[in-house]
Amino acid sequence: MSTRHSRAAARLMMTPSVLLLLGWMLIPLGLTLYFSFLRYNLLMPGTETWAGWSNYYYFLTDPSFTTAVRNTLVLVGGVLVITVAGGILLALLLDQPIWGRGIVRLLVIAPFFVMPTVSALVWQNMFMNPVNGVFAWLAQTMGMRPFDFFGRAPLASIVWIVSWQWLPFATLILLTALQSLDQEQMEAAEMDGAGPLSRFAFITLPHLARAITVVILIQTIFLLSVFAEILVTTNGGPGMATTTLTYLIYVQSLLQFDVGMGSAGGVIAIILANIVAIFLMRMIGRNLDR
Amino acid sequence: MARAVPLPRKALTTALAWTIGVLMFFPILWIGILAFRTEVDAIRPPLQVLAAPWTTESFAAVQQRSNYLRHFTNSVVIALGSTAIALLVAIPAAWSMAFVPSRRTKNVLLWMLSTKMLPPVGVLIPIYLIFRDAGLLDTRTGLVIVLTLINLPIVVWMLYTYFREIPAEILEAARMDGATLRSELLFVLLPMAVPGIASTVLLNVILAWNEAFWTLNLSAARAAPLTAFIASYSSPEGLFYAKLSAASIMAIAPILLIGWVSQRQLVRGLTFGAVK
Repeated sequence: MSTRHSRAAARLMMTPSVLLLLGWMLIPLGLTLYFSFLRYNLLMPGTETWAGWSNYYYFLTDPSFTTAVRNTLVLVGGVLVITVAGGILLALLLDQPIWGRGIVRLLVIAPFFVMPTVSALVWQNMFMNPVNGVFAWLAQTMGMRPFDFFGRAPLASIVWIVSWQWLPFATLILLTALQSLDQEQMEAAEMDGAGPLSRFAFITLPHLARAITVVILIQTIFLLSVFAEILVTTNGGPGMATTTLTYLIYVQSLLQFDVGMGSAGGVIAIILANIVAIFLMRMIGRNLDR
Repeated sequence: MARAVPLPRKALTTALAWTIGVLMFFPILWIGILAFRTEVDAIRPPLQVLAAPWTTESFAAVQQRSNYLRHFTNSVVIALGSTAIALLVAIPAAWSMAFVPSRRTKNVLLWMLSTKMLPPVGVLIPIYLIFRDAGLLDTRTGLVIVLTLINLPIVVWMLYTYFREIPAEILEAARMDGATLRSELLFVLLPMAVPGIASTVLLNVILAWNEAFWTLNLSAARAAPLTAFIASYSSPEGLFYAKLSAASIMAIAPILLIGWVSQRQLVRGLTFGAVK
């Protein structure tokens, strides 16, 4: 039904979306790139001068950059390990015949719908607070000293909170993938004498490989941008202990008003995120052909 | 062909699954209880919290402390407004790509998605400065614009995957039976497209409601939606457990319900069709 006329109409129907996204991408991106080469501070308007590569030089050689990259890797890596491992186990469990599976499923996915500021504040105050928190009470009941989570292990505490938010996502997607597993193949392997562990390793895991990759890639893109959880709990501190790359750029640009430096950091963040995005886009694109 | 499972084993997996489910849900359940306690009772040890009397005074206190209803309205306006505009722009685009695909369709789709992969912090400064100069900082209009744009790729993508499942033959059959263009759209296409559009709307409302990068950075007192309002409870006022809980439970309840209703469609929307 595609005549030349309908093709022209189709192009017209796509124009608004394409133009909006093109503007949304090119204008800010171009400005960030341009600012990154300026010496530009919002506190001293009108004094912008060309800075060459110096913003990049200072951003990359600042010790806080190294710390921020390390914290980002710990945060993203930690959450990925917890959510993927936990997600596989939970998906396997929920795939078993159990009573009230529908309700358990609802309970498990619920954290995904809680807004980041709520989950961060609730965990920090109601659970991890060393005086009034539920964990402190549990520790005391068992005769242990309460642990000051945010004081002694701030980054791990944030990893924990973010993992709680993303575990449902991993579980839901892996469970969906698990449900398309060929049961007859499983039974055949069982009859051939394959134990539960080798069935998992040689049938289930390869079947899940694709879904696991998708989970890792999508989560990485979102985890690189974790912001609210840090802002409301630690403000990047104590010291630099929970400052990630995203948070560092936010501090440079909107708290220290150093537009040039913040933009250089922004360009670096875009490059890092794109490395992940390329792999993700390839997988999605391959799926589109089928 | 479900195999018979030994009863003890089923009982055991059931117990394990329920334990984990309740533990995962517990933080939400806990603020649901704390919200109905007095401030004094809320900081007692957990067993005494459970035994304490129920009260709704915290909800009134939240509204008194700062105009909660306004922030709630902001969230509703921003989430629904951005979703409505994104739909208006995305439906024609998704429609044409699904029914009149060309060689470039796939590349256009992937390019649209790639804009979603841009880390927001990378464009924070330009957007902030443009908004400042245009007077859009701390306005609902500004937040609607940003959230429309950041979710547009997901909306186009989701609608596309749904529209593509509508068989084009049905349209031709309707046309052969003498349906006019208007009745073709109204009685053939629309009923088939509605479920897909509905789940797209639900997912987008969830994403927009919980968005916490742009809403925190681009709003202050006036336009702040619930994400930013809750953030104002961080120290030292976070110590008001009952009020924080009451504000939080009201902020997450509507979205939790929507999420539960639409959970089956979420996987498709969140993985861009990469997992089915």
